[in-house]
Amino acid sequence: MNKSRRSFLKTAGISAFALSSGIAEPANEAYAKLAPGRYTRGETALTAKRWAMVVLTREFKTPQDYEPLIKACHSAHNVPDIAGRQNIKWLWLDAYAHVFPDDMNSHLDEYTRAASYPLLCNHCSNPPCVRVCPTQATYKMEDGIVAMDYHRCIGCRFCMAGCPYGARSFNFMDPRPHLANPAPNPTFPTRMSGVVEKCTFCAERLAVGRFPACVEASDGRLLFGDLENPSSDVRKALANNYSIRRKPSIGTQPGVYYII
Amino acid sequence: MYNAKAVIFGILIFVGLCASPFWASFIGRDYKSTDIVLPKNEKNCIEDADFMRSQHMRLLNEWRDEALRNENRVYTALDGKKWVISLQNTCLKCHNSYEDFCQKCHVANSVYPYCWTCHIIPKGGK
Ligand code: HEC
Ligand code: HEC
Ligand code: HEC
Repeated sequence: MNKSRRSFLKTAGISAFALSSGIAEPANEAYAKLAPGRYTRGETALTAKRWAMVVLTREFKTPQDYEPLIKACHSAHNVPDIAGRQNIKWLWLDAYAHVFPDDMNSHLDEYTRAASYPLLCNHCSNPPCVRVCPTQATYKMEDGIVAMDYHRCIGCRFCMAGCPYGARSFNFMDPRPHLANPAPNPTFPTRMSGVVEKCTFCAERLAVGRFPACVEASDGRLLFGDLENPSSDVRKALANNYSIRRKPSIGTQPGVYYII
Repeated sequence: MYNAKAVIFGILIFVGLCASPFWASFIGRDYKSTDIVLPKNEKNCIEDADFMRSQHMRLLNEWRDEALRNENRVYTALDGKKWVISLQNTCLKCHNSYEDFCQKCHVANSVYPYCWTCHIIPKGGK
């Protein structure tokens, strides 16, 4: 063997070019795909660069005003109602002091202090839950939705420890006995004991051209749209009102905005 | 050879026993169909029957990843037909009796998928 430095560099350069330029790509693709068909989005699918939600909290007068939203969400996704601390929640309510601890002061006006605020997964731009998940069962999709692949969840609950908003629930038991029979939405799967679940911004509804269930049930009091599109409802609402997000100082960049 | 008769006889019996599965197949039962019930008012599956028979579990795997990770929830089959990617709403719409189709073949092959702890088998079939 008498390889000159020059011929080694030549081969190395050509290999690097082939690998990075896509000449070697088709081989990878043939390996990755099994089915002979093609995969695409639905024709009516709603798409965005960055989905976001704006809650017009002044439009909700009492906690009961949020009930239809919670009901719509939980029945669309077969979320059970379990008495006690092992309940599952995708959309729920809490008081100002818990929702916006950073903004709490002892002289806050009575209305703001006493009101209930709706909570859900914030679909952060920098989601800590995704960083800590050891199986990539939770991940950020192209459109900003922090999604769950329940099939991969091993129930380690790192994501629950990682989430600063308590947006994730663990199934301590089989949810089915706690649901109506037949399930409220027989076209959507339930979950099983040992997996974590949370709001997914209704990715399955966006895929068929429908807004999330809570937004649909809110009579225009929840806005949903593309944060990257300056003419979207959410951008207009944010441009014209003072809005806050939960725990901004930790840098997660939530996608859910509250107009107080 | 010392005691050749007994040794050779012993070897023959040994070989015969080792090959017993082979002999048993001669007297054994014929290939038995699993009696799966195919959909009555449909002629074709999503892809051709051979592919489905041998690859449906991997197809479902791919469907799951494409739908949940890449948000591609429509599958265009080789023949150009479009299908909404869904285990419980698409597969089981045609194969409307889980027990007489999927389960019969799975039990015969000792396969026990755990999908139905979450996915809901539509009512009507059973
Ligand atoms: C832990 C509960 C759970 C188990 C177990 C489970 N799934 Fe799912 N599956 C879900 C959920 C929840 C969805 C999300 C539905 C959506 O977003 O439309 C889903 C979606 C899917 C999808 C894509 C869209 C759809 O609606 O069908 C496929 C395909 C799928 N699962 C296949 C399977 C297969 C095959 C198995 C068994 C090997 C299985 N799943 C087991 C919960 C589960
Ligand atoms: C349009 C209705 C339809 C849909 C949707 C459908 N199938 Fe089928 N399937 C059929 C028909 C009809 C056959 C029989 C085809 C034949 O024998 O040529 C079949 C055959 C099969 C077979 C082979 C059975 C055998 O002969 O051994 C399997 C396995 C199968 N389907 C699984 C599935 C799965 C899994 C899905 C969902 C991904 C699915 N099918 C969706 C209609 C359908
Ligand atoms: C012709 C027989 C046959 C029919 C019909 C059939 N399957 Fe299967 N299926 C199998 C066999 C065999 C395996 C195991 C393959 C292996 O392990 O390599 C399997 C495996 C699976 C798996 C993966 C299980 C696991 O634990 O990894 C799923 C999911 C599945 N089938 C779904 C279905 C569904 C849904 C239907 C009905 C629409 C169906 N099958 C109909 C023969 C069949």
